[in-house]
Amino acid sequence: MKKTLLALTAAAVVSLGGTAAQAATKICFVYVGSKTDGGWTQAHDIGRQELQNHFGDKIETPYLENVAEGPDAERAIERFARSGCELIFTTSFGFMEPTLDVAKKFPKVKFEHATGYKTSDNVTSYNSRFYQGRFIQGQIAGQISKTGVAGYIASFPIPEVVRGINSFLLGAQSVNPDFKIKVVWVNSWFDAGKEADAAKALVDQGVDILTQHTDSTAPMQVAAERGIHAFGQASDMIEAGPNTQLTAIIDSWGPYYIKRTQAMMDGTWKTQSTWDGLIDGILTMAPYTNMPDDVKQMAMETEAKITNGELHPFTGPVTKQDGSEWLKDGETADDGTLLGMNFYVMGVDDKLPQ
Amino acid sequence: MRIELERRPGHSAFFSVVSPFIALGLTIIAGAIMFTALDKNPIDALFSFFIEPLTEVWSLHELAIKAAPLILIAVGLSVCFRSNNWNIGAEGQFILGGVVGSIVPIMFHQWDSWLVLPVMLIMGMAGGAAYAAIPALLKTRFNTNEILSSLMLVYVAQLFLDWIVRGPWRNPEGFNFPESREFDVEAILPELLPASGRADLAIIFAVIATLLTWFMMRYMLRGFEVSVLGQSARAGRFAGFSANKMVFFAFLFSGALAGLAGISEVSGSIEQLQPVISPGYGFTAIIVAFLGRLNPLGIFAAGLILALTYLGGEAAQISIGLPDKIARVFQGLLLFFVLACDTLIHYRVRLKFASHAELAGEGA
Repeated sequence: MKKTLLALTAAAVVSLGGTAAQAATKICFVYVGSKTDGGWTQAHDIGRQELQNHFGDKIETPYLENVAEGPDAERAIERFARSGCELIFTTSFGFMEPTLDVAKKFPKVKFEHATGYKTSDNVTSYNSRFYQGRFIQGQIAGQISKTGVAGYIASFPIPEVVRGINSFLLGAQSVNPDFKIKVVWVNSWFDAGKEADAAKALVDQGVDILTQHTDSTAPMQVAAERGIHAFGQASDMIEAGPNTQLTAIIDSWGPYYIKRTQAMMDGTWKTQSTWDGLIDGILTMAPYTNMPDDVKQMAMETEAKITNGELHPFTGPVTKQDGSEWLKDGETADDGTLLGMNFYVMGVDDKLPQ
Repeated sequence: MRIELERRPGHSAFFSVVSPFIALGLTIIAGAIMFTALDKNPIDALFSFFIEPLTEVWSLHELAIKAAPLILIAVGLSVCFRSNNWNIGAEGQFILGGVVGSIVPIMFHQWDSWLVLPVMLIMGMAGGAAYAAIPALLKTRFNTNEILSSLMLVYVAQLFLDWIVRGPWRNPEGFNFPESREFDVEAILPELLPASGRADLAIIFAVIATLLTWFMMRYMLRGFEVSVLGQSARAGRFAGFSANKMVFFAFLFSGALAGLAGISEVSGSIEQLQPVISPGYGFTAIIVAFLGRLNPLGIFAAGLILALTYLGGEAAQISIGLPDKIARVFQGLLLFFVLACDTLIHYRVRLKFASHAELAGEGA
């Protein structure tokens, strides 16, 4: 009897141990929006699916969507940390403090926070140089626009967004020095109604190019209705405007997620601040469509130049909106200034909310 | 044929008591059908919704964190609603409570003393109450509809918070990101049992507020005044109660509790001001108030149940991959059945078949 028990226990231990060794590693994702938002969160979810396909049965990738920034986020992240996730990606700026708080309590779990600026022993921050794509879009706008004014639907006046506005404008001014931008702040990352209203207001004010730093396809649809052109954001939005989209900045998080998961599995995962750009493939440009061949040619050349480091979008001479000099001739902006950017360059027809 | 709701002459005490349980049963049945249709095991789904969040200690802490602001606000609103004053702006009073309470830890952060926290809490309550006084004043002075004025003040509060964390109160060490400086340890609401989870004093405030309000409504003249004026302002006047004073009392009371909820949330959970500090607590609390039938003890239970469905929704997303939208639908089902059961206790459904004579009459 005793022997049988022992044998049973041993068998149980072995089988349990066996399954534990084979159990899939859990890589978890916290989303601020819906995974089918057609923009920001969808891009992260596509990255998650690429990660899942790459590792197959070896990993599981549960996710939580529509997690509000604030105390709800902390609970969501903690839930993942407790449920056995080994690596947790939190994909919104507002998740920064909650991520750090939870990370303190779970030193063995690894965390990756998107678009923030703080790190700790087990929290890495990762971001993409979206502004490189914005510069190319600006150049295209400068060539295509007849009125010389573009409309910019912006979410929150944080450095990330301000940087995009400035980069877009500098790109446009590189081909049309008098180019102007009108900005509407919708104070939301995803609000199709507000974004559409903002788009209509901008078109009524005479802009003939729309671009956005929000996540829905509503502005693209408005642009299509009004017969003007627009740029997609975060995901390829060509389906929302087949004859409207000029190009889109596509966030390609998949390779990064695969790289970091591999590092975690190999035991080489370390805290870092990643700020990758076109060259790393973390952002790509959707096909250049609905534009003349010469403009397309120029856009592709600019993309190549930024990718190989020949061109930095923030290269002097650049004047701030208040008229003071920011970058001298030939000088390029350092990452510190770019990360904390809270001023406009000359030519933005808006007062930065402060 | 018409369908009519007809008030029952008297309603059954028995059914009043069991109605929430009937509602729960119907929700579970409807939920099970829905989950089965989605190819999810209904037992697993219901387990992760209602039981899983209660099986772990940390999760109980989270339940307390989520329920505390809902209960605090809803208890205040119950007094307001019972007095026939319709404060829809608790969300704004919550925010102003958070902002006013944060004056000390942000502008006077050098001051470290045990007094910081009590001062913050009192200022938070004062901030919420003062903000609620605006619709009260407009109502008593100009007969303005308080539903509209209190609701619109929510947007003002949200934008004010947004402005202040981007502008004057922006964290000097925050890379220009829109958030205030982080609170020092003296300004943080202590956790109850730090070893097992992060629930803080807010849930204790909720318990105290619930008991005191229950006591006031049941045993104090003030509670009687609230009910009388709420049911009939005219009768209240005969009893010598002032309707205008009641408007102020109701709004200040609910505003102060919303403000307390706001500063507790900021001080206990967020530990700094951010552009958004509430995921709509002030509006959800209106549902909680009615789910609890405007009774403080009922509200306490309703707050916990609603908080449980939030946690359960997340648990179900993770454990069985239920989409977030389905979790919301399920939450909606629960509310729908509770309100429907309540309605059917007080009313009966009548199918009215029009007679030929009536039809002829209508035709002519």
